[in-house]
Amino acid sequence: MSPPTVLYDAPGPRARRRNAVSTLVFLVALAVPAWWVVQSLADKNQLEWAKWRPFFTDSRAWETYLLPGLENTLIAASLAMVLALPLGALFGIARLSAHRWVRGTAGTVVEFFRAIPVLILMLFANAAYAQYTDVSSDSRPLYAVVTGLVLYNASVLAEIVRAGILALPQGQGDAAMALGMRRNQVMRYVLLPQAVTAMLPAIVSQLVVIVKDTALGGALLGFSELLASVRPLSANYGANTIASFTVVAVVFVVLNLTLTTFAGRLEGRLRRGKRSTGAVVGAHAVEELGTPGEHLGPDELGGAGGHSGR
Amino acid sequence: MFDFLNRYDLLGAFWVTVQLTFYSAVGALVWGTVLAAMRVSPVPLMRGFGTAYVNTIRNIPLTVIIVFTSLGLFQTLGVTLGAGSFKTIDFRLAVLGLITYTSAFVCEALRSGINTVPIGQTEAARALGLTFPQTLRLIVLPQAFRSVVGPLANVLIALTKNTTVAAAIGVAEAAALMREMIENEAQLLLISAVFAFGFSCLTLPTGLVLGWLSKKVSVRR
Repeated sequence: MSPPTVLYDAPGPRARRRNAVSTLVFLVALAVPAWWVVQSLADKNQLEWAKWRPFFTDSRAWETYLLPGLENTLIAASLAMVLALPLGALFGIARLSAHRWVRGTAGTVVEFFRAIPVLILMLFANAAYAQYTDVSSDSRPLYAVVTGLVLYNASVLAEIVRAGILALPQGQGDAAMALGMRRNQVMRYVLLPQAVTAMLPAIVSQLVVIVKDTALGGALLGFSELLASVRPLSANYGANTIASFTVVAVVFVVLNLTLTTFAGRLEGRLRRGKRSTGAVVGAHAVEELGTPGEHLGPDELGGAGGHSGR
Repeated sequence: MFDFLNRYDLLGAFWVTVQLTFYSAVGALVWGTVLAAMRVSPVPLMRGFGTAYVNTIRNIPLTVIIVFTSLGLFQTLGVTLGAGSFKTIDFRLAVLGLITYTSAFVCEALRSGINTVPIGQTEAARALGLTFPQTLRLIVLPQAFRSVVGPLANVLIALTKNTTVAAAIGVAEAAALMREMIENEAQLLLISAVFAFGFSCLTLPTGLVLGWLSKKVSVRR
């Protein structure tokens, strides 16, 4: 049996004994806080079956509060993604433009929106809709959340698009140029279609970030998404705050884990695919994209090409 | 035009943002390192715990975690973290929530750093008879930390931006002040520009300095 990492050998008798002791110590270290949690939950009557039952035996808790909340979360997230994608593509391509002023302007806009928190953008959008438009106050939270998310994520997607195009092997662009295509033909017919495939895993991962950020709207803008269903739930089912939070968290985790797993599979297929160039913007690259000034280096890109500045 | 700004404690609000960032960063670095050590440890139970923690926490919105610290921990379970006034309680709860969330990302950054340490280094350490904790502490982590300054800087900048979520439980940081000012004053564009500028001042230099540092300290291979 080979060890799972190179950090330690396959355990012998003494190491196995040591590991058993560590396991025991760790178990105790886990048990103490766990016991404290259970005790304090029991003290505040949060473990009573009556507080948890609505989620298991009563479909009304789901139909009235959780599912509509989830629906709003999904609507906001998908709207934001659908609107941010073309905008992001536009800015991503603009950043690779041959004209310095186009490149510079797009770069400044992208860096600006990556430098400020998405909540600031949402607060701004919310107030702007209230002051300058006649969007009804019922739908304003949705508008504000989606606008904030679009502004922020378009700039992140711009980086993904840029990275996806740069990840393609240099030969692709060169060959197209050699065929006599113009710059925008090279982009439209050769680079972009291939880059879109390469970007898919990163785009799906970014969807996880968007889904998580919709919760901001629930907490601060009065958007009735999944997190916002906690208050009416605990008000209607006997102050079952802990139970409501647990259920909401589990729904988020299941939704996001599904997306993450999907992104991982997609990435694996693209990396192994015989017909693709092997260029891919990895799902894990997404965490670096929220940083102003940060670009994806050759490490994060699986491309056979790996070159700088087209 | 700028007169009304004097009526608000702008610097004070941004100072709270900086404090939130600082305490959360220190806490998340410590707890994240412990988690990373667990995830690569030879003890299966620790590995399992580390993996489960990271996969769960990363997939829960930070907003849910922070609102939970207030509604769940404080208001339902009565956890006050040893603080007296509401102001300090909210601040400490927000830091707790930010540490809980950010440490998962610190852990993943570190783990990717551990993977960049060449196999020969650990093999040599084991050949010298170093135990797992010794290998990790003396050989692997010092090299891993140097190669993850860049990724950790990204986590730190994300954390700076994430402190705004503390506004959800009433911590008087920058986003909370922005909300208050938007409600009371008419100059929406000016107010937004001020806060956008404030956050750029926090995030852009951090990125530049740490980007420079990461190039300086990274191990040439």
